[in-house]
Amino acid sequence: MAATDIAVVGFAQTPSVRKARESEVQLLVPIVTEALARAGLDRREVGFTCAGSCDYLTGGPFAFVSNLEAAGAWPPISESHVEMDGAWALYEAWVRLQHGDIDTALVFGSGKSSPSKPEEMWAQQLDPYYLAPLGVDPASLAGIQARALIDAGKATERDFAEVVARNRANAKDNPNAQVSGDYSVDKLLQAPYVRAPLRAHDFPPISDGAVAVVLARGDRARELCDRPAWIRGLDHRIEVHQPGMRDLTASTSTTLAARKAGYDGGPLDVIELSSTFSPQEIILREALGLDADANVNPSGGALAGNPVMATGLVRIAEVAQRIVEGSAGRGLAHATGGQVLQHNLVCLMEGD
Amino acid sequence: MSQPRVVESTLEFPYSRSLGPVVGGFLAGLKEHRILGIRSADGKVLVPPLEYDPNTGDTLDELVEVGPAGTVGSWTWVDAPTPKHPLDHPFAFALITPDGADTAMVHAVDAGSIDKMSTGMRVQPRWRDEAHNMIDDLACWEPA
Repeated sequence: MAATDIAVVGFAQTPSVRKARESEVQLLVPIVTEALARAGLDRREVGFTCAGSCDYLTGGPFAFVSNLEAAGAWPPISESHVEMDGAWALYEAWVRLQHGDIDTALVFGSGKSSPSKPEEMWAQQLDPYYLAPLGVDPASLAGIQARALIDAGKATERDFAEVVARNRANAKDNPNAQVSGDYSVDKLLQAPYVRAPLRAHDFPPISDGAVAVVLARGDRARELCDRPAWIRGLDHRIEVHQPGMRDLTASTSTTLAARKAGYDGGPLDVIELSSTFSPQEIILREALGLDADANVNPSGGALAGNPVMATGLVRIAEVAQRIVEGSAGRGLAHATGGQVLQHNLVCLMEGD
Repeated sequence: MSQPRVVESTLEFPYSRSLGPVVGGFLAGLKEHRILGIRSADGKVLVPPLEYDPNTGDTLDELVEVGPAGTVGSWTWVDAPTPKHPLDHPFAFALITPDGADTAMVHAVDAGSIDKMSTGMRVQPRWRDEAHNMIDDLACWEPA
């Protein structure tokens, strides 16, 4: 689908932690260095840099500018920023590389939720007239979405708990995970509701963290990496903002993005989904037409660590890493933005 | 080891805005205890009213009165409200479709207890004592 061959050739991420002592830029410096080193690329050779972060999390206007220190902005570099998950920064870099005049790009996403009260702050991303003044928080909308799934007969509370148990078990092998371990579904179901029918374990942890990815084009990608993770297709689609004006039990924008990214329903060795609330994994599996035994979220996914503004780009890095290291041939990564899966991105990757 | 430097900052959104005929019309309606939707390109009534049709992008301008009673679609129960929530005691956030509307709006339902909540229940608006041109002039919904 891409106009030219563009691949992920380097990546690095911090662990997800509840509260990092470092500032956001301090989280970024070592992983930008590590991702570039992994690609064997000097930072002065980077053709374009794009970052994703959220000033509302940091608590200051233009807070994202200081993150540029991690890329080294002197002598002047060509760079951009999106107030979105780093997956959309990768999208911008992917488009930029298709111009053909540069052949490498650096992308990063970072977020520290620890300084703010996310349950209050995130209402500010909503319609400022009809929703934000009511303090509608992400967990409440997820609770509404969860009950809609149950009312539609598409899932049960046990299904939600099974998603949680599976992801936390997967996360045991992920050194960057914040929440991991073996949990009994029956025991999870005994926990009290926080946003009925959802319990605390159906929510993502509150996380600080960051991720960096290096992209390269054509022969340059082959020079920098023995087995580049080629981006075969990348697309994102958005749905109507008001939660009461769309079917919350489906994700038509994910289905469309996957089709436009060239996903044909064929076998996938690895799938990483930004399902930040457990019911969303059920919705996304249906939207992508995945079998019950599909290898979804071997990292533990967003329920094991949710460094907001990095979470989606982490999914891309997790899939790319498995392709680069040879354990997967074809994989799909998903990122989401907005509330209850309003905006969705699908990245389809393959090894040679 | 020195202590980390702590900076307290409060983010605000201190704008006064003119809302235009659609959002402004809706809020003017709330002042008169009327709920207004808007007719979409395919004849459906959208609540809350949007300035543009979400499917076609057409400009919309035909405000239509709906309600006042409505039906609860999906809902969730908030046991411990935050200071930003419209009620200071446990309540439901719900999708409420006012009678005559084809879509639902997100709002609070003051039901007293989760046991009083159910999908499909009937609700009626409770109005704020003194209107202030905000969505919470419709203070919340309550079981009808």
